[in-house]
Amino acid sequence: MHSSVGHSLILALPLLVVAGFAILSLLERRRLGALAPVSFWRRNGIAISSYLVLAVGLWTVMMIVLPQLYMIDLSLRPKLPPNQIGGPRDVYTLENYRYFLYGSTSSTAAWNTTHIKAFFLTIGASVLVTLLNFILCYPIAFYMAQVATAARLRIFMLMLITPYWVNEVLRAFAFRVLLGSQGVLNTALLKAGLIDQPIDFLGLDIGLYAGLAYAYLLMMMFSLYNAIESLDRNQIEAARDLGAPWWYIHWSVVMPHAKPGIASGATLVFMLNAGALAAPLVLGGPRTLWFTPIVYDRFYQAFNWQQGAAYAFILLLACIVFVLLVLRVFKVSLGEIAR
Amino acid sequence: MNSATINRIAVWFYIGIFFLYLFGPLVIMGITAFNASSYPQVYPFEGFTLKWFDGLLRDADIIYGLKNSLWIGFLVVLVSVPVGLAAAILMTQIYARARSFYYLIVVSPVLTPGVIIGISTVIFWREMTGATGTRFLYDGTLMTVVAQSSFISAYTMLIFLARLQRFDRAQEEAALDLGASHPQVFLHILLPFMRPAILSAAALAFLSSFENYNTTTFSILADKTLTTVLAGRLRQGTTPAISALAVLIIAVTLLGAVAYELVKRREQAAKAARLQQAQRAEDRSLGPGAA
Repeated sequence: MHSSVGHSLILALPLLVVAGFAILSLLERRRLGALAPVSFWRRNGIAISSYLVLAVGLWTVMMIVLPQLYMIDLSLRPKLPPNQIGGPRDVYTLENYRYFLYGSTSSTAAWNTTHIKAFFLTIGASVLVTLLNFILCYPIAFYMAQVATAARLRIFMLMLITPYWVNEVLRAFAFRVLLGSQGVLNTALLKAGLIDQPIDFLGLDIGLYAGLAYAYLLMMMFSLYNAIESLDRNQIEAARDLGAPWWYIHWSVVMPHAKPGIASGATLVFMLNAGALAAPLVLGGPRTLWFTPIVYDRFYQAFNWQQGAAYAFILLLACIVFVLLVLRVFKVSLGEIAR
Repeated sequence: MNSATINRIAVWFYIGIFFLYLFGPLVIMGITAFNASSYPQVYPFEGFTLKWFDGLLRDADIIYGLKNSLWIGFLVVLVSVPVGLAAAILMTQIYARARSFYYLIVVSPVLTPGVIIGISTVIFWREMTGATGTRFLYDGTLMTVVAQSSFISAYTMLIFLARLQRFDRAQEEAALDLGASHPQVFLHILLPFMRPAILSAAALAFLSSFENYNTTTFSILADKTLTTVLAGRLRQGTTPAISALAVLIIAVTLLGAVAYELVKRREQAAKAARLQQAQRAEDRSLGPGAA
């Protein structure tokens, strides 16, 4: 299929969807007759209605939907010299996705192992970091939500938020200062005589994982806190009076109640980790391959935007699959997690 | 020692370790900014110095990046606060069958990795401005404002939604019955009610914009912001000048946060005073002298 078809389809899509819903609502009003609620334009007045529709329309269409669709569209195009764009060779192709799997046609290897490995490493490590964040945050979130006094809670909140006012790049840098081969920890260990060679924390990727686990902790913390906070303390008391051991109370009273919070924390932390760019750049060792820097290089090193778009879409798909999986496992709806 | 004491000690031990993890790296980085040693070090402390700060203020790239970051943050607030407010109001009014679809669209930027938002924004606008002959709009600062606003508007929308849930529509109807026009209701009833949320949303939008890296690094093109200058420096090497910059940024954000907290407190105090006054007036009119 020639690729000029794509853009017209994409541009028509939002209009069609909005028109579809408008017609549906019109039919619904017709059916309800006198029972129908006041119409949107009457309820808000012309000026306010126009502001609402215009602001939301521009945002959703021009800033959310169309950019994503254009990215997918570009990922399906071949890389052509400028004078051939729109020409007869500008047809849809899966070439860019093929490259992700098999590498360039001139290479002899069967699979594009570097990129595939980086992709699965990124996904796997993000899942592990998400789990680690949950384990780290759960006790504190529970303490804040159910045990701490109001005054102490305020202090805890302030102490939690303060480190996150610091830029993501600087948070990663702090770990480099700490863990670098001439870093603070290595110097201390050398001086103490515990080691006689500096440990290459960054080369071993320990720095990367520590930095990532640190970077998005707050998202998990607040999701958990909000969920646990709404649990009635009497339920815990009742379970305790009935003789349940503490771990059983957490497992079968607190955690089931906090399920939407766990799900929302997990999706946010996973997404932020899989899409992290600062920590891999600053803390990654020379052999580390995180997926986002590869995507970046497709754009601004290889100048192959078509391929970059394909890689970005693969990353996005991974995130969507993860969100759907979490929704499935925790049996919650999207409305419950995105709060 | 009984088990309750042991339990308490264990809990506080964990809390201590946790906050050490949270603050330790930042505190250490802060100390290295004042050490004369040319590699960021805490020990040996080769003498207290401010020379790393001095160099920063004469660094043209950093000053330019800072100015641009502030400008972008300001523009992002201007876009994302009205958009988020409109999106939240629309959510409460939208045709019920379209609501979950609408919700999916407007929260999707929250669940999309920042790099992808940056990428898709530049791809779309490169094609759009190319096709319509408005190439001058394809500019790093402008693209960054657009890309950042696309997800920051979703944040502000969530703040506004939480506040709107407590809005009593009877107020709106009463005003309309008393002859107010729709724009009047919006300006004099809804906006004052939303004021605290607007303040929080603006603060959050500015901070998210100022510290953003993932989206910005793609959308900034040939331009710079403070974070992209910083990331560029970091690729070149580890120096205490970066620690010094971190200390400055932390100091500025802390000041901003304190100012925000003060404004919020003053507003709460004013509200409490108004309530008290109203209560007193009510007591007087119902008191023994009234009838």
